[in-house]
Amino acid sequence: MTAPALAEAKPAARVTDLTRAYGDRVVIDRLDLTIQRGEFVALLGESGCGKTTLLRALAGLDPIDGGRIEAPRRPAVVFQEHRLLPWDSLWRNVSLGLPERGARERAAAALEEVGLGGRLDDWPRNLSGGQAQRVALARALVQEPELLLLDEPFAALDALTRIRMHVLVKALVARHRPGVLLVTHDVEEAIALADRILVMRAGVIAAEHRPPAPGQPAADRATLLAELGVENDLSAA
Amino acid sequence: MSNADHTATFPLPAVARPVAKTAAAPAAALRRAGLGPRQLLLLSWAAPVLLVVVCEVLAQVGYVAPHVLPAPSKVVRTAYKLATSGTLLADLGTSLVRAAVGFLVGGSIAFALGILVGFSRLAEALVDRSVQMVRAIPFLALLPLVIVWFGVGEGQKIFLVALGVAFPIYINTTLGIRQVDPKLIELGRVQGLSTRQMISRIILPGALPSILTGVRYSLATAWLALVVAETIGAQAGIGFLAMDAREFLRTDVVVLTIVIYALIGVVADSLARLLERRLLAWHPNFGGAAR
Repeated sequence: MTAPALAEAKPAARVTDLTRAYGDRVVIDRLDLTIQRGEFVALLGESGCGKTTLLRALAGLDPIDGGRIEAPRRPAVVFQEHRLLPWDSLWRNVSLGLPERGARERAAAALEEVGLGGRLDDWPRNLSGGQAQRVALARALVQEPELLLLDEPFAALDALTRIRMHVLVKALVARHRPGVLLVTHDVEEAIALADRILVMRAGVIAAEHRPPAPGQPAADRATLLAELGVENDLSAA
Repeated sequence: MSNADHTATFPLPAVARPVAKTAAAPAAALRRAGLGPRQLLLLSWAAPVLLVVVCEVLAQVGYVAPHVLPAPSKVVRTAYKLATSGTLLADLGTSLVRAAVGFLVGGSIAFALGILVGFSRLAEALVDRSVQMVRAIPFLALLPLVIVWFGVGEGQKIFLVALGVAFPIYINTTLGIRQVDPKLIELGRVQGLSTRQMISRIILPGALPSILTGVRYSLATAWLALVVAETIGAQAGIGFLAMDAREFLRTDVVVLTIVIYALIGVVADSLARLLERRLLAWHPNFGGAAR
């Protein structure tokens, strides 16, 4: 892998030779991956290809069967479901895990960033799906993580809300500059957001794409779909 | 036939009319019956009120003997007399203290055990089976044994109430803790919560609806236990009042005590509901309208 000229001393995460198996079934097979600080990596793959398993291993939520993971002790995670505590107000949700002192102020700033500044004392059940996911994003970023793990966080949102979320996430990541691993099966999403796109298949990284020049997309839709095994792409026909 | 076909081909009214009808159907049906929600509420009270009036009339004309069922007005007068003479309030106080002490003793032991068993598989292995076995006994069946242990003093009454209260609270506490969404617990881990924070921020709030259900159930059993306990060898309390009155065929007093038990049950239940509405304001099933 070619490191950027101004390589930051330590990557946000480094995975070496990672193996994970459920019984006889090998889900991740001797996988290597490095995510730099400030780099946005999208991991594409079909259901069951091991991409979520990789993310959960990086988050420290699942054990591994072999290899090494070097990651921050507490990476931030945004799940597909918002996982807001229904009994806590929005600011209490966002500040979950922060030290008590100054928690409300920090939560307020984070909610402001995701466009929900006036709703500190509101309840999660009064939120739409997109708003709830924005709060989940605020909760992740308020921790100032070195590594942000996104596990299909926009999959349950409608198309328009999803696009709005893409814009928001891109802006937030540009400002906070964590290393990001986005697990998704949405090709458009990967193209829109990522600096680098990985395609995962059968427990290994089958393809890797970087933008040919800065500002350009890392890969085109047809290539990615072909790599994902989608033969009959309507828009390509 | 041809006439019907003809009207159906008039496009605008034929479409517009049925749509308007379906939208307004339930409201229209109500209006046709002449009943709004207020009238229905009044009507729901009419039946019990009528029942009381019938009782009163039957008693007044002498159709029902006073020692079988006293006239409701007589019960009210007895209530006033006993209340002003002071014995009723003293007895009521005695009963309430018994219930409260029994509830606190039984409830806190059960809550502590429930938390322990909810969190620890070891505690579950040690405690849960025994509790479930004891639970299979209708707790009132223990009464003779309890009398042997405690005599017929306050101990017996408080023990019986505590026993009745303990099971619903224990079961619902362990159940509530076990049913907390594992995804939220996982989130707690991701956010780096300590064990203490995990309990106070995620597990207890998540278990609270179930725990409060246990509290409501236990209030009902507390009263049941108290009625039975007080009926045997009491020197004071509502139950004593009833048994004492029975000796003298004072059915008006007996009926009064029954009514008082019922009223206290209703009050206890509304208190529990109030608690639920307060503590579970976030919960769609309890909190009512959003803030």
